[in-house]
Amino acid sequence: MFETFSHILLQQYWWIIVSLLGAILVFLMFVQGGQTLIYTIGKTEDERTVLVNLLGRKWEFTFTTLVTFGGAFFASFPLFYSTSFGGAYWVWMLILIAFVVQAVSYEYRQKPNNFLGQRTYETLLFINGLLGTILIGTAVATFFTGSEFSVDKMNLTRITGSQMPVISEWKGLANGLEAAFNLQNLSLGLAVFFLARVLGLLYFMNRLRNAPMMERVRKQLLYNAIPFVVFFLTFVIWLMLSSGFAVDPATGIVSMETFKYFHNLIAMPVVAILLLLGVAMVLVGIIRPLTCFVKCGTKGIWLSGTGTILTVFSLFLLAGFNNTAYYPSTFDLQSSLTIQNSSSSHYTLTAMSYVSLMVPFVIAYIWYAWRSIDIKKIDIEEIKTESHVY
Amino acid sequence: MEHIDFSLVDWSRAQFALTAMYHWLFVPLTLGLSFIIAFMETLYFRTGNPEWKRMTKFWMSLFGVNFAIGVATGIILEFEFGTNWSNYSWFVGDIFGAPLAIEGIMAFFLESTFIAVMFFGWNKVSKKFHLVSTWLVAIGSNLSALWILVANAWMQYPTGMRFNPDTARNEMVNFWDVLFSPVAINKFLHTVLSAYILAAVFVVGVSAWFLLKNREHLFARKSIKVAAIFGLAASFLTIVTGDGSARNMAKYQPMKFAAMENLYVGQESAPLVAIGLLKEDQKEVNHKKQDFRFEIEIPSMLSYMAFLDLKAYVPGIKDLVHGNPERNILSFKEKSEKGKIAIQSLADFRNAKKAKNDSLAKNSLTKFEVNYPYFGYGYYAGRDEHELIPNIPLTFYSFRIMVGLGFHFIALFLVVLILTLKDKIEKKRFILYTALWTIPLAYIASELGWIVAEAGRQPWVIQDILPTIAAVSQIKPASVQITFWLFFILFTGLLIAEIKILTSQIKKGPAPESSEN
Ligand code: HDD
Ligand code: HEM
Ligand code: HEM
Repeated sequence: MFETFSHILLQQYWWIIVSLLGAILVFLMFVQGGQTLIYTIGKTEDERTVLVNLLGRKWEFTFTTLVTFGGAFFASFPLFYSTSFGGAYWVWMLILIAFVVQAVSYEYRQKPNNFLGQRTYETLLFINGLLGTILIGTAVATFFTGSEFSVDKMNLTRITGSQMPVISEWKGLANGLEAAFNLQNLSLGLAVFFLARVLGLLYFMNRLRNAPMMERVRKQLLYNAIPFVVFFLTFVIWLMLSSGFAVDPATGIVSMETFKYFHNLIAMPVVAILLLLGVAMVLVGIIRPLTCFVKCGTKGIWLSGTGTILTVFSLFLLAGFNNTAYYPSTFDLQSSLTIQNSSSSHYTLTAMSYVSLMVPFVIAYIWYAWRSIDIKKIDIEEIKTESHVY
Repeated sequence: MEHIDFSLVDWSRAQFALTAMYHWLFVPLTLGLSFIIAFMETLYFRTGNPEWKRMTKFWMSLFGVNFAIGVATGIILEFEFGTNWSNYSWFVGDIFGAPLAIEGIMAFFLESTFIAVMFFGWNKVSKKFHLVSTWLVAIGSNLSALWILVANAWMQYPTGMRFNPDTARNEMVNFWDVLFSPVAINKFLHTVLSAYILAAVFVVGVSAWFLLKNREHLFARKSIKVAAIFGLAASFLTIVTGDGSARNMAKYQPMKFAAMENLYVGQESAPLVAIGLLKEDQKEVNHKKQDFRFEIEIPSMLSYMAFLDLKAYVPGIKDLVHGNPERNILSFKEKSEKGKIAIQSLADFRNAKKAKNDSLAKNSLTKFEVNYPYFGYGYYAGRDEHELIPNIPLTFYSFRIMVGLGFHFIALFLVVLILTLKDKIEKKRFILYTALWTIPLAYIASELGWIVAEAGRQPWVIQDILPTIAAVSQIKPASVQITFWLFFILFTGLLIAEIKILTSQIKKGPAPESSEN
């Protein structure tokens, strides 16, 4: 089946898969958001333990999605993997470290004799929630704002004496950290951070059965929704007004085009609809629980979550489709990465596409497994009777 | 284009080795213990005996502590291919990325989903569903080993691919060749089997500790039985597959083989040095030549091990560097000349294509294809030939200690199994202490295996195609140095935490029946 697809079709298919994985990842970062709220919502030791356990059952899920996102990006667009990770070294390293410390914190937090102490592990969870979300948001924003690097594959053939070839070179001064000092990037980073917190709160509403904590959750929902909306709108308006990196489909030459992303939106009405629908769902998911709290609080996470997926998904499509360079270089426009010039071969994409047929099956068993263990809402007593607690 | 600083390569290598070796401290226990737990739960399911359930839960709790840190170290490795080996990621990403992605889709999700059921599903799902989940965790973790080892095996023996001069990189042409390459199959089996040994040693050792403390007799004896049988079976198969590894090495990576055996001059009916002490010969012009201070040889054994033929010729380091026309072995110089031609004709091809000079493009392409097998040697043209020789003492000793320990484990499993069956194990305190102190030895054997495999293939990242010096990302060496130390501190801290938690969990022992649920 996939063998008969053209190369560009496969490249688009894989850009869609990568976008979808990225979108699901942002949704699942409700775990990270929740982690930054443990002390805000949980006022006693027991309350915090409940929250940690609620999040702890889902952290691996987010983590595995991140890992798979990385693997899928590597397999389908290896030049991105090579250029961005090797260049924006410090951003990715900090993101990685933020996730390393998360992976052990749940399991080790309350174990006797845990070396660093419970407070430290809780702090590490906070750091993961803070850095992980902001930096990933910033890194994704560079898909629109660009970075300073040059790529020349033919450098592989340039060897003289002691010199070794370098395919891509980063010109940015801080190996990627400079991205975090760009206000437009930062506005997306902060939007992701507050969105993650909002989603975390909605997740608590869905799973928690404890009146005093719910009261705090509701208050925080409002406090976090406002900055989220402000930062997100800042980013989107800025994006619609800014110039973008257009690719000539015939020659592959990259040039600047004013209002490029706005044009992309007009040129791809489906994406425009998805984006609007996504944003609307996120907002409704937040507003409804604020107005009819207890009754409709459970559904918020699903509504806002689906909305998040649609929104992020359409942002990725804006970055990569309609003849746009998705990883632009502001140092040398012609080094910019497009889905055509950075992808794997036809053969590999075909093979990988067969593997992608397993994804619905994976989603099905995840859904089935979770449904069978998440039957009822949770409070302190339930946690105390569990044999495995975090 | 800038000059690559060699300290950059060295720090990048050090960082990769550090993270890989830390990752490997936790992975083998996951791979093996998940099966041991699954056996125990199956016995519980079959017999309904709550003692089996207690055992399952106890080992499961240790599994959880170990698993978390395995995951933490794994994510760094995956992204490190991009961050630190960026040329590599482009040059071979077309082939190498695929197993990594498949690993995520096929294995990691399976593992992480059913781990949740395994830990949190005890009273919520049926016994059968729970048992199936436990098995799926074991299968999932071993599947993830499969894919990453396929990737690693491909680096040792690149196959199923073709260099595409238009994109300037290697592209996959046959997925099944990559997946079912003889090196991949053998490597997977040897590695997971060795992990089962490690887990079995761990269970036997911890159970021995309970017996030494005069606690949990029934529990410990049952655990020892399950683990020792599992470990024995794995040990015999490890020898078979280890032998396979050596044969693959002789065939596909002769330099690694010669270094591992410290064979300087090639010979027929080569003997195997079972035990030896090396001496660096300073007077020799060639400082890589190492004589033996002391050795015990098995005649003709090396030839047999490498080629299943007592008389076979095994090439030595000297032959591989200086060439041996009689044996049809090209010298380093000849190879690097050919490699240089390959690299140059690639450049010519691209330029000719740009200039629309079709005949020159075609000519260059032919020249390129003939010389491509030596592509990587081109990067060594004009450099010191010693760079081509891996670290001899490191591989030589690592290999011997690994194999020696392998026989020690077999002996241990046999003795504890017999003593347990005869109901005498409690009295043999010396054996119990040995079992306890064998735990660290299993980790040592396992790490040494990787040192043989990875240090032995230097200076290649992809055998004959991409040398380490040409694979690296262009970053400031100081940056890599900083991340190296960051990881070092972080991982060491986490390791200390893990060991402390594990030991207190063990000291606490399995939960008593009553508080079970
Ligand atoms: C408990 C651990 C353990 C034990 C007892 C053994 N091995 Fe091993 N060995 C490994 C753990 C290991 C490993 C960690 O799994 C390695 C590293 C890379 C690999 O493929 O497997 C390995 C690699 C490895 C290699 C290098 C493969 C390569 O470079 O690709 C050889 C030649 C052997 N082994 C041979 C043996 C033999 C003949 C053994 C006889 C008893 C043996 N090993 C026991
Ligand atoms: C988890 C088990 C592993 C261990 C303990 C291990 C160990 C090592 C060591 C010791 C080195 C440094 C060698 C040297 O610099 O002399 C190294 C390098 C390297 N290994 Fe591994 N390795 C493991 C698995 C893998 C796997 C599965 C892959 C690929 C899929 C891999 C790819 C590499 C690469 C790319 C380098 C860097 C280049 C180099 O210096 O050779 N390793 N590893
Ligand atoms: C250098 C190459 C390697 C990379 C890039 C790598 C990558 C990873 C990643 C990203 C994870 C976390 C997955 C999660 O989210 O659950 C992980 C865990 C794991 N890896 Fe590796 N890994 C490497 C080497 C190995 C080797 C050599 C093996 C086995 C032979 C292995 C087996 C496992 C297993 C069983 C897990 C599950 C967690 C655990 O065991 O603690 N990995 N690895």
